[in-house]
Amino acid sequence: MSSVALPRRRRIRPARVITTVVALLVALIWVFPVYWMLNSSLLPNTVLTSTTPQFLPWGGSLANFAAIFTQGTFWPALGMSVAITLTTVVFCLLFAFLAALAISRFRFRGRASFVLAVLFIQMLPAEGLFIAQYKLMASLNLLNNVLGVSILYIAAVVPFTIWMLRGFVAGVPIELEEAAMVDGLSRTQAFFRITFPLLAPGLVASGVYAFLQAWNEFTVALVILQAQEYQTLPLWLRGFVQASATRETDWGQVMAASTLVAVPVIVFFLIVQGKLTSGLVAGSVKG
Amino acid sequence: MTAVSAPPDAGRASSGQPRRRRFNVAPYLLLIPAIAALLVALGYPLVWQFVTSLQKFGLAQQFGKPPEFVGLANYVQLFGDRQTWAVVVRSIVFCLANAAITVVLGVLVALLMNAVGKATRLILQVAMLLAWAMPVIAAMTIWIWVFDWRRGIVNWALTQLGLDFTNHNWLEQPLSFYFVATVIVVWMSVPFVAFSVYAGLTQISDEVMEAAALDGASARQRFFAITLPMIRPVLMIVALLQVIWDLRVFAQIKMLQDAGAPIAETDLLGTYIYRLGVGSSDFAMASALSIFVLLLTVALSFFYVMHLMKEDQ
Repeated sequence: MSSVALPRRRRIRPARVITTVVALLVALIWVFPVYWMLNSSLLPNTVLTSTTPQFLPWGGSLANFAAIFTQGTFWPALGMSVAITLTTVVFCLLFAFLAALAISRFRFRGRASFVLAVLFIQMLPAEGLFIAQYKLMASLNLLNNVLGVSILYIAAVVPFTIWMLRGFVAGVPIELEEAAMVDGLSRTQAFFRITFPLLAPGLVASGVYAFLQAWNEFTVALVILQAQEYQTLPLWLRGFVQASATRETDWGQVMAASTLVAVPVIVFFLIVQGKLTSGLVAGSVKG
Repeated sequence: MTAVSAPPDAGRASSGQPRRRRFNVAPYLLLIPAIAALLVALGYPLVWQFVTSLQKFGLAQQFGKPPEFVGLANYVQLFGDRQTWAVVVRSIVFCLANAAITVVLGVLVALLMNAVGKATRLILQVAMLLAWAMPVIAAMTIWIWVFDWRRGIVNWALTQLGLDFTNHNWLEQPLSFYFVATVIVVWMSVPFVAFSVYAGLTQISDEVMEAAALDGASARQRFFAITLPMIRPVLMIVALLQVIWDLRVFAQIKMLQDAGAPIAETDLLGTYIYRLGVGSSDFAMASALSIFVLLLTVALSFFYVMHLMKEDQ
């Protein structure tokens, strides 16, 4: 594999063939459920309930998607998800950005404890707090409310976002700002003209991270948004499966519903994946 | 970067006394919004939960009866209950088994990525990324369809292989329920481990491996003497994260239970707390068990957090 490999080494070795075949098999196993979702979403229920499965969507249509769009519960759920996710992303980015500035541009008393607290909070599972959060939101009259869920999401997502942004802020050398200030810009101007544009990729990555967390969240939403009119997309999908199961489950429609929930997530995830991994295992991998 | 970016305005903030380190209020102001959000959404519930776990708080209290302080009685009652222990033991076994399987498979996939040619590697990575990107509820829905007792592809395939799996219900028995849960959790978690470990593998120089090979080290020896020690740091971190994450499998277990499993026999910590709190309004017990989960998580997170703190220095 190295660049100095001689032509002799290039001959096909049986070991190489075996690893390639195994790798392709593993890829096939991992991608199969995703493929199966797409395939089933295009097929009518009569085909899906036949005794032999159909592996290719021949004769398929978008009828399942059309049925979901006209069925009425999808749009309100999408609206809820968009509202909650947008609120979370905007405030989370703002709060985390300010905090990241504080911990990467200043050395102050309590800084280390704050970072420590943020890292621990980041690890707390929703399962360990959701009952208390439910009681809190009930007492504030914020059950089944965009604001209520958004507050909980902001707090859940802000710690890791601070941690991610801290790396980006620290990556912009303070000397750049100082040079601009020597050239006559004020400190604020220097920050917004020089540092801020350089932080854009970091803000995008963190924003996408917050988006994914809020968009996919299930546990807290299940507890806080119990009324059907206020369900987010994950709750809607769960409800859709359950409603479908009371009759004979229409798997074609259920898979179309899954596809609708999954596709935006997959697109955004591919954007942010690299940054996310390096943030989680920071320092363990050099480079 | 520490030395350079340190107190950037200590010197220039006020031209009058450039040397003296003044108390700077700016960082604290910048932290206020984040801290306020954390205090409202996590701090207050945390305190409430701790206090409630020391009180008698059931249905009567829901309707206005003031809760009475009972000390550690809830914890005594909780951990005197066999059901609690069953849930705790199941959760820990499930978590460790899943984390172990995930890490081993993740390392194997990473080694595969490292061993194959460019095109094959790309195919493998795209497949892994797709599985990784799936939202958990969508992933659960797909897998429930794949394992569906009547029309699921798994039953069909096994029946084609000559085993009679016609109308076999995978979720009926706890053991086979956990088998399905494990398949799903591992499928979702392996990509993260694989990519992290692969990133570590790419740091090992070809020269070292070639030198070892020339010196007569077998592939096995090279793996255990060179590769494994080199990827040890990243391996420790992903294994730890996996253990912590596999304790919180609420969405997965809840969705599988919805699909028709005996609930009491398949509950893990998350779903059990949900059932105590939301189901039977026993907030005292739910709080006590939540505190236990939080303590467990904090204890497990300790080394991970310390590792990240070192990164921050």
